[in-house]
Amino acid sequence: MNFELSEEQTLLAETIKRFVATHYNFDARAKILASPAGHSEDVWAAIAEMGLLGLPFAEAHGGFGGTTVDVMLVMEALGEGLLVEPYLATVGLGGRFVARAGTPAQQDRILPALVQGKHTMAFAHTEPGARYDLRQVGLTARRSGAGWVLDGDKRMVLHGGSADTLVVSARTAGGDTDAAGITLFLVPRTAAGVSVKEARTIDNLRTADIHFAGVTVDADAVLGREGEGYVVIEEVVDYATALLCAEAVGAIRYANDATLDYLKTRRQFGVPIGSFQALQHRMVEMMISYEQARSMSYLACVKVDTADAAERRRVVSAAKIKIADACRHVSQEAVQLHGGMGMTEELKISHTFRRLTMLAQTFGDAEHHLERFAATS
Amino acid sequence: MDLNYSPEETAFRDEVKSWLDQNLPADLRDKVRDYKELSKDDLERWHKILAAKGWVAPDWPVEWGGTGWNVVQRYIFEEECGYAGTPPLVAFGLRMCAPVLFRFGTDAQKQRFLPKIYSGEEFWCQGYSEPGSGSDLASLKTRAVRENGHYVVSGQKIWTTLAHYADWIFCLVRTDAKTEKRQEGISFLLIDMKTPGITVRPIYLMDGGHEVNEVFFDDVRVPVENLVHEEGKGWTVAKHLLGYERMGTGRIGVSKRELLRVKDVAAAARKDGKPLLDDPRFRDRLSRVEVELMALEITNLRFLDQLRRGGKPPGAEVSLLKIKGTEIQQALTELMMQAAGPFAQAFRPLDADPAFDRFTAALAPRYCNVRKATIYAGSNEIQRNIISKMTLGL
Repeated sequence: MNFELSEEQTLLAETIKRFVATHYNFDARAKILASPAGHSEDVWAAIAEMGLLGLPFAEAHGGFGGTTVDVMLVMEALGEGLLVEPYLATVGLGGRFVARAGTPAQQDRILPALVQGKHTMAFAHTEPGARYDLRQVGLTARRSGAGWVLDGDKRMVLHGGSADTLVVSARTAGGDTDAAGITLFLVPRTAAGVSVKEARTIDNLRTADIHFAGVTVDADAVLGREGEGYVVIEEVVDYATALLCAEAVGAIRYANDATLDYLKTRRQFGVPIGSFQALQHRMVEMMISYEQARSMSYLACVKVDTADAAERRRVVSAAKIKIADACRHVSQEAVQLHGGMGMTEELKISHTFRRLTMLAQTFGDAEHHLERFAATS
Repeated sequence: MDLNYSPEETAFRDEVKSWLDQNLPADLRDKVRDYKELSKDDLERWHKILAAKGWVAPDWPVEWGGTGWNVVQRYIFEEECGYAGTPPLVAFGLRMCAPVLFRFGTDAQKQRFLPKIYSGEEFWCQGYSEPGSGSDLASLKTRAVRENGHYVVSGQKIWTTLAHYADWIFCLVRTDAKTEKRQEGISFLLIDMKTPGITVRPIYLMDGGHEVNEVFFDDVRVPVENLVHEEGKGWTVAKHLLGYERMGTGRIGVSKRELLRVKDVAAAARKDGKPLLDDPRFRDRLSRVEVELMALEITNLRFLDQLRRGGKPPGAEVSLLKIKGTEIQQALTELMMQAAGPFAQAFRPLDADPAFDRFTAALAPRYCNVRKATIYAGSNEIQRNIISKMTLGL
């Protein structure tokens, strides 16, 4: 048992931190948000250049064979900088699906390009009425000749509008809420019959509702085994959830640093407002939330690769419960302690509030994970 | 970073566990698990068993009997003791007076006191709080006037835990009432409880138990060689000690055991014919406490790891462990009482031989008793002040 980061890991964390500080400050970020794409190709290229896209993937595909703790450090830094680029969707979801379930041919086709920053991905899964239940899949895929035809709707596909390849979950057998009978497909976003409606989220990410109307794909579009997609989905979403916990830890760290700084500089009644005990104790509680959230993020990222699925579920859900609670607590307090300024578009703290609010819900809110945690402990 | 226990650490845990299995007397274990009041004899018995094994003071320097364990091993040991249900080791001698003597004591003081703290031959208590000095410790008024090789001590201490068992008390006293700053003029004295002029009077708490006392000093003569550090430098000593005092307040091993206990009780209790444990309203409350405890365990280990690598004495981070650890302890006592439902209402049998469940009867008093945890060793509000000042710089 030790918490020490290796020299490479410390270096990695410092490199990203420096990049975010110099190339992703608040003004630079505002310009990116205002652009039509809503994210930056230059930043994406720089992220690829730093090797961050290849971090968890095998050397054979141009990656670095890194650990989940390595990726955790990246996610913390991206969270601190409120990056809007599709790192989680591409590396944490799409790339992970391919690495976990893809054939050698599929991996060779996608991963090297992904690592170089030339291929982005998204996971098209959530459907109307499913909430956070990963088993609910009604979009159909039926055999047609040597290939398949996909029909149905996906909602809230994170970065779905810009992804090169979509990982699509489809029902190939059983009822709409059965775990068995779900099959995963790799579908180009530009395939005939795919129509995308993009929306902006409150925290300035891009999401998409995607309609699949008679979309035909070849047999080699099937990712993993037919009808056995659910096991992979649950595993990959747990992985992405652990990474998201780390992202939240980074955003919480920023919220706390900014709020503490504000308490020390903002003066009222002739003194810094940080001299008031009513505010001091609230700041201490925010700090405690951060430390506890960080501990759970560590635990989730270290344990998410375990072969014991029950243990993985238990730890990831425990982490998401704590993270969701901490996101809500810290974001609300940060705005309150900033007073009216905390409400404004021009301060990063309001953007952090929005990001934390969304992170609390993504991949399941605290209530969803309380239910899942109770079932596994 | 690796949060798994190494094979060596796992082997160490197995060693501790099997030793506890064989050496923790069943009657003591049952008393602890049933929340019964422990007598002086109970506490001393367990202390002496551990002392004989050489495990009573793991964090002491090895030449004085420390085990040389690293922080992870110490943590594993405490966790296993908590799990097993050992009586607590009373901290006043082992974890408070001893670190003070190691840091500030003369060789003569070390030779005189440390071996008997280790063996358990002398039982210690702590004389800090006074009727007018609770959180504001520096306002203390107990006087010590130096005359003819003695300090003559007069005044009163309060909330003195286990003073009725103690052979010795370490005290903060005022040796100079005229200093500019209140923190100056305070001295740290070791006082034999058998000295004429000391009176111990019990304070009964709302659970019906007797743990704390008032201690009165009426012209008590203390030899000057029992002064620790310099006269007037007692505040320095007290500050050094505070970190150690809070170090043991997280009680994660004990809380883990209590959590399992709550689950057992809630699994056996029925609501609408189903286990209470499966009731979503109850379960969500319990799960949030469980998650908080999982997080605190990692937070605790992270801090210990920092201590190990930085080689510094515990600082303000210990306050976080105290706040969270005590909140969790209290939440568990509340959940336990809730799990027992109406049966938690009976407290003491009035008839000679009633059908009476002693376990559930102990739950409400325990809930009452553990309210102390967020008050003692520096109230949790004081802990927040400490973090605010020391860590956040506010």
